[in-house]
Amino acid sequence: MKLDAKIPDYPIQDIWDKHKFELKLVNPANKRKYNIIVVGTGLAGASAAASLAELGYNIKNFCIQDSPRRAHSIAAQGGINAAKNYPNDGDSIWRLFYDTVKGGDYRSREANVYRLAQVSNNIIDQCVAQGVPFAREYGGLLANRSFGGAQVSRTFYARGQTGQQLLLGAYSSLMRQVKLGKVKIFARREMLELVLVDGKARGIVVRNLIDGKIERYEADAVVLATGGYGNVYYLSTNAKNSNVTASWRCHKKGAAFANPCFTQIHPTCIPVSGDYQSKLTLMSESLRNDGRVWVPKKKGDTRRPSEIPEDERDYYLERKYPSFGNLVPRDVASRNAKYVCDEGRGVGETGLAVYLDFADAIKRLGRKAIEDKYGNLFEMYERITGDNPYETPMRIYPAVHYTMGGLWVDYNLMSTIPGLFVLGEANFSDHGANRLGASALMQGLADGYFIIPYTIGNYLTSEELPKIDTEHAAFSQAEAEVDERVKKLLSIDGKKTVTEIHRELGKIMWDYVGMSRTKEGLEKALEEIPKLRDEFWQNVKIPADANNLNKNLEFAGRVADFLELAELMARDALNREESCGGHFREEHQTAEGEAKRNDKDFSYVAAWEYTGDGKTPKLHKEPLEFKYVKLTQRSYK
Amino acid sequence: MDRISLTLKVWRQKGPSEPGRLVSYELKDISTHMSFLEMLDVLNEQLIHKGEEPVEFDNDCREGICGMCSLVINGLPHGPQKSTATCQLHMRKFRDGETITIEPFRAKGFPVIKDLVVDRSAFDRIIQAGGYVSMNTGGAPDANNIPIAKEIADEAMDAAACIGCGACVAACPNASASLFTAAKISQLALLPQGHPERKRRARAMVAQMDAEGFGDCSNHAECEAVCPKNISILHIARMKREYLRTIFTA
Ligand SMILES: Cc1cc2nc3c(=O)[nH]c(=O)nc-3n(C[C@H](O)[C@H](O)[C@H](O)COP(=O)(O)OP(=O)(O)OC[C@H]3O[C@@H](n4cnc5c(N)ncnc54)[C@H](O)[C@@H]3O)c2cc1C
Repeated sequence: MKLDAKIPDYPIQDIWDKHKFELKLVNPANKRKYNIIVVGTGLAGASAAASLAELGYNIKNFCIQDSPRRAHSIAAQGGINAAKNYPNDGDSIWRLFYDTVKGGDYRSREANVYRLAQVSNNIIDQCVAQGVPFAREYGGLLANRSFGGAQVSRTFYARGQTGQQLLLGAYSSLMRQVKLGKVKIFARREMLELVLVDGKARGIVVRNLIDGKIERYEADAVVLATGGYGNVYYLSTNAKNSNVTASWRCHKKGAAFANPCFTQIHPTCIPVSGDYQSKLTLMSESLRNDGRVWVPKKKGDTRRPSEIPEDERDYYLERKYPSFGNLVPRDVASRNAKYVCDEGRGVGETGLAVYLDFADAIKRLGRKAIEDKYGNLFEMYERITGDNPYETPMRIYPAVHYTMGGLWVDYNLMSTIPGLFVLGEANFSDHGANRLGASALMQGLADGYFIIPYTIGNYLTSEELPKIDTEHAAFSQAEAEVDERVKKLLSIDGKKTVTEIHRELGKIMWDYVGMSRTKEGLEKALEEIPKLRDEFWQNVKIPADANNLNKNLEFAGRVADFLELAELMARDALNREESCGGHFREEHQTAEGEAKRNDKDFSYVAAWEYTGDGKTPKLHKEPLEFKYVKLTQRSYK
Repeated sequence: MDRISLTLKVWRQKGPSEPGRLVSYELKDISTHMSFLEMLDVLNEQLIHKGEEPVEFDNDCREGICGMCSLVINGLPHGPQKSTATCQLHMRKFRDGETITIEPFRAKGFPVIKDLVVDRSAFDRIIQAGGYVSMNTGGAPDANNIPIAKEIADEAMDAAACIGCGACVAACPNASASLFTAAKISQLALLPQGHPERKRRARAMVAQMDAEGFGDCSNHAECEAVCPKNISILHIARMKREYLRTIFTA
């Protein structure tokens, strides 16, 4: 395997323009001769499928949900960044680029991030033209807010439902192409294998989730936009159907997996309330603008918050980080919540929560002002917990939220398998070791609307792609593999449910490959995960059959893949002997307890090659060079 | 922490053409902090351990935004709590010893696939008929080129908040999809970007709604009452005006 990022050698401002010019175009009359498979209908998949269809390609578009509109992107709340500089507060493409590279703790590619910042503005134009009802000022122009600690206001939003509105915009364009006959939607389908012919991605094998039939689809190229793998932790803010299966199947067929250990843990989520917990709900980061985070000074203090006097409270973020206070970045806030809970000072029934208190803000600004700003979030909190945050502090705890790692792609978004392109959260490309708030939506739409339409054409014209059909032996083989797996899963008939094993996996991952990692912990994970995997394959119980809607069977397949991915994550985390972004190794911290990077030895993308079941994967390094951004150590004191 | 016991009567149906029936299950020791779907997860775990088929129900985000969850709970789509999708309903809304009946969304336009899972693809086809602005990726003008009054943008957002769950259809005595269809027509009729195609859109989407077998709106307003996103029936009034405009200003 050879990693070639294929970044043209021009000054950074010119790379994308020059590259676009150099990419070969497909003759308009020929576009309709090409079939493209797009797996996923989130922001990345829907925008790609619609844009490619508009160009004239024939698109087959797949998703797990009953409608493309329900992809996990729909749940994004806060907003989407762009370098429009409408507020005149000093933003620019350069600043967005700089902030994103820095925010990623210098583990992303400069050229990719610069391009992302460049196209960010087109995204907003595109969405407004589709009828996305972004928030506006009284003068009728678009409103912006500052988000995730950025010093400029560059975040566009549609109430607390930005992901929904952007996705419905992309979905509407997609539906138009369905009507025009250029896109065919295959909903309630799960991709279970990639099909390679002559080493190139030429099709997929899917399971029809309604009748269980295995289906084959052929194409000239395959675009994967299947989202992130946060659910490897069992509990996360991801939707229940989010999974790694499509990416993992491709990984096993030759696509390198990059930086799997880079996960983002979001500090403000509603805490776990019991074993039955099935997912975690994010409370917008914006709450930290007015809420104060605290725990009791005393261990095991079970008094109600209102009974704990001011001088017995520890506002630990304000104490440790006087200049940023409650607004420290996500990873710092998360880690500190863990530390105080580990000390036994956590609150609530489980002791795994900290207070986010609005009493001072309400006193200072009045209840009305707080209601205007956060009314819907407070309501949601009350709906879930039964507590009224106007009267008693919220309880929050960190939760897994986003995965920066993903399939390795070059500058054209192509993986190490020719003809397999990867977009959105499923790739590793732009966020380095930490993603900034409101940048995932930007990246998904950049990939789908403005990058893949150019780069895929170049691939299609440059390669020999003889006509094939789904009778090809490669399809039969892929189908046989899928068939065998399903049969095997159903034949085990053991004693544990899929959920029970998934929950155990989540606990291993959270304890040892979570917010704060150590060599011993990671080694322990590397012992525990294979044991659990063996147990899964000997002791899982899946009633009912495969010829029917059987969600439990679907989940079993996904958990089986998570059990393999988990090991790679631990291995990657163990290899990376430094702390950077979301990856914190306790051995590598400054005297003040802050993350300590090791730029000399680890300024690279770790891309892992699959070498066979039970074999150690092979590490390939793509060195990262920083010509434009100066590497600094973060400090929020 | 409060714990309650429940009797569930759950609609079980093997497939679209099989007869279905309500099956009773007893559940004990249910924490009132659980969400309704977590309570069903608990039931399913118990069924799996017994080697029985779990109850199939659609769900995904469990945050009330994807629109995938459904269920008619004690006769009400999305259950007893106002402005709340099933996935955000919690067990503290139920009493110890209560019997809860759980059925699928029922409508001619939403055939049952299995148990509580129904086929809502008709909604996609209604949008395909015209729920978009016909523009390609690329040539959009600067986003601030056309100012839009805040009040208009807010109203468009109220309509656009629809999650496409189909509760409006399930609640309507006529199984009308008017609230769903109107929400999209209204959003795009309010915004200048939607104006060039407003006539064609209203005509095509209303025609598709009829073709899918959804009934007419006769102003019962049951749809608004169950809508988890509080979409107002005023949007139906706007849809009707938009539709009339297509007839009288041909
Ligand atoms: C609660 C929450 C709030 C967020 N808020 C923000 C925010 O404010 N701003 C921001 O920028 N980002 C935010 N994010 C992150 C952002 O939402 C996601 O990173 C982004 O939407 C991912 O988009 P995607 O298109 O890559 O994948 P997804 O939206 O996850 O879509 C994946 C698609 O792939 C399909 N799929 C998956 N596997 C298969 C398979 N095997 N076969 C067939 N289909 C498959 C799915 O059905 C789906 O259609 C948030 C995330 C969460 C969880």
